[in-house]
Amino acid sequence: MEFTLRVWRQAGPAAAGGFVDYPAPDISPDASFLEMLDVINERLSERGDEPIAFSHDCREGICGSCAMMIDGVAHGPVSGAATCQVHMRSFRTGDTLTIEPWRSVAFPVIKDLVTDRAALDRIIQAGGFITAPTGGARDANEILVPKDAADAAMDAASCIGCGACVAACPNGSASLFTAAKLTHLGLLPQGQPERSRRTISMVAQMDREHFGHCTMFGECQEACPKQISIDVIARMNRDYVRALATARPDRTAAAAG
Amino acid sequence: MWWMPLYRSTIGKKVIMAVTGLIMVGFVVVHMLGNLQAFQGPERINAYSAFLHSTGELLWVARTVLLVAVILHIDAAVQLTRIARAARPLQYAERRPQVSTLASRTMRWGGVVLVAFIVFHILHMTTGTVHPSFAAGDVYHNLVTGLRVWPVAIFYLLAMAALGLHLYHGVWSSARTLGVARPTPHPFHRPVAVVVAVAVAVGFALIPVAVLAGWIR
Ligand code: FES
Repeated sequence: MEFTLRVWRQAGPAAAGGFVDYPAPDISPDASFLEMLDVINERLSERGDEPIAFSHDCREGICGSCAMMIDGVAHGPVSGAATCQVHMRSFRTGDTLTIEPWRSVAFPVIKDLVTDRAALDRIIQAGGFITAPTGGARDANEILVPKDAADAAMDAASCIGCGACVAACPNGSASLFTAAKLTHLGLLPQGQPERSRRTISMVAQMDREHFGHCTMFGECQEACPKQISIDVIARMNRDYVRALATARPDRTAAAAG
Repeated sequence: MWWMPLYRSTIGKKVIMAVTGLIMVGFVVVHMLGNLQAFQGPERINAYSAFLHSTGELLWVARTVLLVAVILHIDAAVQLTRIARAARPLQYAERRPQVSTLASRTMRWGGVVLVAFIVFHILHMTTGTVHPSFAAGDVYHNLVTGLRVWPVAIFYLLAMAALGLHLYHGVWSSARTLGVARPTPHPFHRPVAVVVAVAVAVGFALIPVAVLAGWIR
C-alpha cells in the first residue's frame, strides 16, 4: 500500500513544531500502524534523517503508551483499539494520513508525537492509599463482592491511562480517566474506607492540572481503546457531591497543624 | 463551608448549570402549555394572563428565581468555556467528531442565540417596547399582531429550533451531570430529553405558525 504521512515534527518541548510530509510507499496492509512508522523511521535513518519520535511499549493494547491522533481521531479509525492495534488495511491506499500528538495543556509535547502524560499519574497519586491488611494471603472469598459490582469495577479498571479521552474531548477533559479510576475502587468493598477522601482529592487534582470540564459530548467513550462508558462520569459526579456534603473535618490535619 | 470547593470545581460549576437549567426547563414547559390556550380563543388566554398578574408578589418571586437561574447558568457557562479553551491552547490541525451530536456541539452558540431571543421576546411581548401595537393585558391581540410580522415570526421559529437542540442535549446531560442517570448499556439513549425537546419546540412553534397561516387571527 501507499500513503502520504503528514506528521507533526517538534525538536523539543520549547521548539516550534510543524507538519512535514513523508511519502510512504511499499507498506504491507498487515503492518500495524506502529510497524508502519518503524519502516518509515528506518528509511529516514538510512537517509541520515532524524526518525519520528513516538512512544510505544507493549504493542498489544495494554500499556497505553502509543498515543497519537490519526486523521483527527484519537488512536485512529478502529473502535476499541489503541494505535498499536490498528492495521494499515484499515486505511485506503493513496490516503494522506495526518498524525498529531495529543493536544492538551496538561500534556506538553516532549518531542514529535511524544507527550508527557504525568498529569494522569498525579491524579492517581492524589488518590492515595487504601487500607488493606498486609501479611499472609487471605482466603479468596473472605470479602464478598457482588458479581455486577465486580464486573463494573473490572470494566473501569481496564483503563490503560493512554489519555485518548482527554485528546478526543473538545473540552480537553480528563473526566473519563478520573472517573474510571474512582469507579474501579469505589465499587469494591476494599475501596470504601477512603472513598470520600479519594474522590475529593482526585477531582481536585484533575482541576489543578487544568483539564477541562465534561459537557457529555461522549467523544471520550468512543476514543477509549477499552470502551469505558461515560456512565462512570455520572457516578463520579454523584460521588463527588456526596463526598463534599458528608465529609467530616480532617482531624489528623487539624492535629498536625 | 463544603459548597465552596464544590463551587470552585469544574463538577460544581456543571452542577450549577444542570440545576439552573432544569429550573428553566420547568419554566419553558409551563410557558409552552400556557401559550397553547391561544388556540382556545382570546378570552381564555387573556384570563390566564390576568390570573398570572393577579398573583402579585408570587409572580415577582418566580421572575426573580428565573433571573437568578439565568445569571448563574450563563456565569458558569462562561467560566467553563474559558477553562476548556485554556485546556487546549494549540488546536488540532485535523479533528473529526465521532459520536458527539450536533446539539452538544452547538450548546454555546445556541445559548447565545437564546439569550438574544429572550431579551427580544421580553421587549416584544412583556414590555411591548419593540411591539408594533402593544395593548397591555390583551395577550391574544399582542401575539397575533406581533407575530404577523413575518421576519419576527421567522426569528421566533429559529429560536425555537435552537431551544429544541439546547434541550435535546441539556435535559439528557444534566441528569448525567447530577449523577441521577442510571448506568445503561446505551448511555446515549435519551427518551425523556427527546420528548421534552420536541414537545417544547413544537408547542411553542405552533403559535407563530398558526398566526402566519391565519389559523388564529
Ligand atoms: S503500545 Fe502499549 S497500548 Fe499501544
